[in-house]
Amino acid sequence: MSVLVNKSSKVIVQGFTGKEGTFHAEQMIAYGTQVMGGVTPGKGGQMHLERPVFNTVSEAVSATGADVSILFVPPAFAADSIMEAADAGIRVIVAITEGIPVKDMISAKKYVQARGCTLIGPNCPGIITAGEAKIGIMPGFVFKPGRIGIVSKSGTLTYEAADQIVKAGLGVSTAIGIGGDPIIGTTTQEAVALLMNDPETDGIVMIGEIGGNLEALAGEWIKANGTKPVVGFIAGETAPKGRTMGHAGAIVGGADDTAQAKKAILRACGVSVVDSPAEIGQRMSEILNK
Amino acid sequence: MNLHEYQGKALLSGFGVRTQRGIVAHTPDEAVEVAKKLAEETGTQWFVVKAQIHAGGRGKGGGVKLAKSLDEVREKASAILGMQLITPQTPPEGKKVHMIYIAEDVYYPGPSETKEYYMSVLLDRQKGQNTVVYSTEGGMDIEEVAEHTPERIFKELVDPTVGLQPFQARKIATNLGCTGGAFKEMVAFVQSLYTAYVSIDASLFEINPVLKTSDDKIIAVDAKVSLDDNGLFRHPELAALRDLREEDATEVEAGEAGLNFVKLDGTVGCMVNGAGLAMATMDIIKMAGGSPANFLDVGGTADAKRVETAFRIILQDPNVKAILVNIFGGIVRCDRVAQGIVDAYRSIGEIPVPIIVRLQGTNAEEAKALIDNSGLTVYSAIALKEAADLVQTLVK
Repeated sequence: MSVLVNKSSKVIVQGFTGKEGTFHAEQMIAYGTQVMGGVTPGKGGQMHLERPVFNTVSEAVSATGADVSILFVPPAFAADSIMEAADAGIRVIVAITEGIPVKDMISAKKYVQARGCTLIGPNCPGIITAGEAKIGIMPGFVFKPGRIGIVSKSGTLTYEAADQIVKAGLGVSTAIGIGGDPIIGTTTQEAVALLMNDPETDGIVMIGEIGGNLEALAGEWIKANGTKPVVGFIAGETAPKGRTMGHAGAIVGGADDTAQAKKAILRACGVSVVDSPAEIGQRMSEILNK
Repeated sequence: MNLHEYQGKALLSGFGVRTQRGIVAHTPDEAVEVAKKLAEETGTQWFVVKAQIHAGGRGKGGGVKLAKSLDEVREKASAILGMQLITPQTPPEGKKVHMIYIAEDVYYPGPSETKEYYMSVLLDRQKGQNTVVYSTEGGMDIEEVAEHTPERIFKELVDPTVGLQPFQARKIATNLGCTGGAFKEMVAFVQSLYTAYVSIDASLFEINPVLKTSDDKIIAVDAKVSLDDNGLFRHPELAALRDLREEDATEVEAGEAGLNFVKLDGTVGCMVNGAGLAMATMDIIKMAGGSPANFLDVGGTADAKRVETAFRIILQDPNVKAILVNIFGGIVRCDRVAQGIVDAYRSIGEIPVPIIVRLQGTNAEEAKALIDNSGLTVYSAIALKEAADLVQTLVK
């Protein structure tokens, strides 16, 4: 069970034969993910990692019945690949690519929304349902199965949180890396809602950062609809205004999108906010053992 | 990437946006020359001398002056060129002025009153759409307008499938109270401005003020233009407009080495893999009673060469009293990262400040042993909490 992906998800890799695509496809296969094949335009008909390569996503879908795709496509072509996946009827599209122009993402997001599919990312580590399927670039061994869901804008901070959760004697149901770009397919609130409605998730870790208002919107949603404990952390309390901190979307624009402002909103909405990222696992454990 | 006013205006003009005309100059002599030329071309009798730096609020800091004669142009140009201009948006020490823009006077008398507006184009992140934000209150700080008279700020969202429509431009002109010739001018202005925004992969246009002249022309008197860095590959001619003098030299060097680095004013340097964890590490330093000297995302691989470059960049800052390396080794094994750190340390030679290395993930124990047995002045940690405690001990 769990959300979005599980052991019966059939996955294709867009940008399959490239260096990144190859490396991470191997890792996903090793984790037990059902990687059915991949797409590299112009290389259709070949075999790669003992799996078929197709020229288009629609061919790949017809031949393999794939319902999930993961993209390792360079930024200049990534938005086109996202739309191609949506057009081919892929249900969950995971875009790992960092550096897609905002202009391209505005169109791609609109296109994907109109077709009712779920886009995760871009500029994200992907999604993992622990012990079942890894559709991303995260180190699989960190995510030991359990009943805590994770939603995060950041890659390594997600691994950090998962590691703490596991060391606190808990485990992970599904971790969703939503991405650090200004425009992302699945918002914090949407990802939190998926986990809140998942019968196999007992608690949620929500990791945000400076910039935008996704965490605040998720907080308001939790206040109205929350049924499970949520531990929150917002990175970037020490970030200066107006500077992009690594992630294209991590930039303080005004008074509302600082780490301090977001933490205050989350606390007011009933989220258990930790000031130190070293306390995520411990805090969740304390709440669940009360 | 930010552009100078003169660069932004030239770009906008290319798309048919009417702008205040001007010419850039680097010396007082050149300023007088271009002023003469500008007078011939435009008929202007007065001139505005404007400092070209990447920061707003230039007028408040004395970086914008009116000159009523060529002698005054020379005088104002001499005063502004080379000055350390301090504005609310610059660092405390200000920014050095290397160039000035000699612009025509657009506030000349005429049949009607002049009127200033505010207009910007940017991404509405929540909607995932571009939006035109505009106000009847031009020439002032828009954040203050938002605080005191929010009803005077309007927003027009643009549907990406069709772009900005003519009716939207008419609505904007109407809400701004434009009539007659000014109404038509404003409609054309808004449409050209939006076309320019999408065509050049911009991330922000801020035109403050947009001026209605006394003869009902609509003119961009200032232009703040920022470009989406991720879109620059499509516009090599725009990438060439980058002015490295406006950026921190260490940040430029780090960028060339493929490291994501932002200089800060604290004393504890840090090197982290991943942007989110890097921000979180800065926060930990602060909670431990220190202050971060930088943001540095060393990237996924963290091999010896990158680590060495990162150390050298952090150590350029004389304020750095300690360095915290925080790497979550996922697919990269921690013992390999640890070996890279030891190699980088030996390659640099003597590092004059204590280093805390926190490695978590695959082979974290082996990595810790490797660091502990290296004989170097390096403190090791595995849990994030231990690293935080070490920072606390060292900054005291």
